[in-house]
Amino acid sequence: MPGAAANFDLAAARATIAAQKKRDLAFAALGLGALSVCFATFVALFVDMVIDGSGRLSSDFFSNFASRRPEQAGILAAWVGTLVVMVVTAAVAVPVGVASGIYLEEYAPRNKLTALIEININNLAGVPSIVYGLLALGMFVHTFGLGASVLTAGLTLGLLILPIVIVSTREAIRAVPGMIREAAYALGATRWQMVRHHVLPYSMPGILTGVIIGLSRAIGETAPIVTIGAVTFIAFLPPAPVTAAAPFVSFEWLMSPFTAMPIQIFNWTSRPETAFQQNASAAALVLVVMTLAMNALAIWLRFRLRRNLKW
Amino acid sequence: MASKAPKPDLATLPKKAEARALNFFYGAKQALKNISLPVYDRRVTALIGPSGCGKSTFLRCFNRMHDLYPGNRYEGEIRFFPDDLNLLGADVDPIEVRMRLAMVFQKPNPFPKSIFENVAYGLRVRGVNQRSVLVDKVEEALKGAALWNEVKDRLDEQANNLSGGQQQRLCIARALASEPEMLLFDEPTSALDPIATASIEELIHQLKDKVTILIVTHNMQQAARVSDFTAYMYLGDLIEFGWTDDVFFRPKNKQTEDYITGRFG
Ligand SMILES: Nc1ncnc2c1ncn2[C@@H]1O[C@H](COP(=O)(O)OP(=O)(O)OP(=O)(O)O)[C@@H](O)[C@H]1O
Ligand SMILES: [Mg+2]
Repeated sequence: MPGAAANFDLAAARATIAAQKKRDLAFAALGLGALSVCFATFVALFVDMVIDGSGRLSSDFFSNFASRRPEQAGILAAWVGTLVVMVVTAAVAVPVGVASGIYLEEYAPRNKLTALIEININNLAGVPSIVYGLLALGMFVHTFGLGASVLTAGLTLGLLILPIVIVSTREAIRAVPGMIREAAYALGATRWQMVRHHVLPYSMPGILTGVIIGLSRAIGETAPIVTIGAVTFIAFLPPAPVTAAAPFVSFEWLMSPFTAMPIQIFNWTSRPETAFQQNASAAALVLVVMTLAMNALAIWLRFRLRRNLKW
Repeated sequence: MASKAPKPDLATLPKKAEARALNFFYGAKQALKNISLPVYDRRVTALIGPSGCGKSTFLRCFNRMHDLYPGNRYEGEIRFFPDDLNLLGADVDPIEVRMRLAMVFQKPNPFPKSIFENVAYGLRVRGVNQRSVLVDKVEEALKGAALWNEVKDRLDEQANNLSGGQQQRLCIARALASEPEMLLFDEPTSALDPIATASIEELIHQLKDKVTILIVTHNMQQAARVSDFTAYMYLGDLIEFGWTDDVFFRPKNKQTEDYITGRFG
């Protein structure tokens, strides 16, 4: 069409394209710059921690209690405390969170009340963690008289990560195709059989990922456990869960006072001596590695469990 | 088409089910309008009609699949014989209905479990967990679905590793394992190639000695090949029902004739 060609100003179009391409390039450069800042900051922090702290990493560091002498101080009470608190956190958040997620997705009627609960859960994920600490101080420590114990910390952090577990459970459940549900129902499955035999196993990778992401958030939380009154210096471990005498299991460790990694780190950073600063760096390094390891576990689990899930 | 022998008198033919003045609503939208249709015992009845006319909707009334979603409503009844039960009755448990009428879907939908567990699932749901019983029933069902020879050495493999046609036969085996009285097929071959389609059609031929079949299909040749009776639906109405060769070659209704000559001739 010669008429159309005559109306089409090729030079102007080229100028426009060139101008747009410059903007494109400018944005790419900006994005890359932003990304580099994040990454460089993380690397710098990590390298700094390694330089400061790696000298302190030895088996003694893991098997010694905190001490007034920096070269003898270790993180035994802190890492054991963190470990047992995480066990309680998971024991609280997993059953409650998964059950809530299943209920909301599979059972709850679609009405205003359900919508209200959903909005609330999404908002809970954004509540500052210190608020959970205050809630726990009032409720668990004082009202229920649980003290500044492993149980209180586990309950508090369990509540804190509950929204994460619920949301990821719901997302995982929603990813199970309707076709599979209908196949089960069409064979005469009840709703619970459908959930138990299909929805739950097929959404397990997603649920586990959510649980681990939640736990890796909880492991570094300082504010709530400081608020409930975790001790900063402790020279004994919680009592063992298994005993020599019948009934061979003991739940005394739940009521034991404890300290945790972030508290230990915070405590050492606030000391003036540089030797304690090094201890803090070493402990922080251990905490970061714990978190990264949990994330790696989440990725691996998801990969392993999803291998057979094709639809 | 069934046979060249003289056709039996419809009045004497035993029925397995019968829709009576059936209306169905998705919320406010009426998808089925006053449908009355017999389904004869151990015969194949095909449902044909343009897309969106309500074939799947009608089929899914039989096993109460619509009960799974809120806002759906039935009016009228579907009588089920020999016990003359109203499948849509408010006092009838849909779970019980689904145990008596099995369904095979348009797209093969095996569970992401082993071949064995797929076929055994209908029995497991009924509380059958005895290994020896399951093993026998699974073998019987897989033979019934003409799949046994292909999978007998790999029963513990994932069902998703099978080809599309094998997966659909697996779904048929899964439906057969709990010995349903009636099979509901919703376009069971539309996702399959011609060879896999031929094997499913052959299977339907064999199955009708034992079980009543209601099948939705878009493929006119398929309806002609596999069915004894054909129902033509249009926009939620049942336009014509009769012996398949009558509906195809001597349609009483102009609409049916236009549809069939358009799609078939
Ligand atoms: N869940 C639903 N909610 C509302 N309307 C629906 C729903 N499912 C189907 N419909 C409508 O009901 C009518 C019948 O649909 P149906 O799926 O039964 O058609 P069909 O004959 O099976 O079509 P196709 O051959 O394309 O599968 C259509 O108009 C469709 O849009
Ligand atoms: Mg359909």
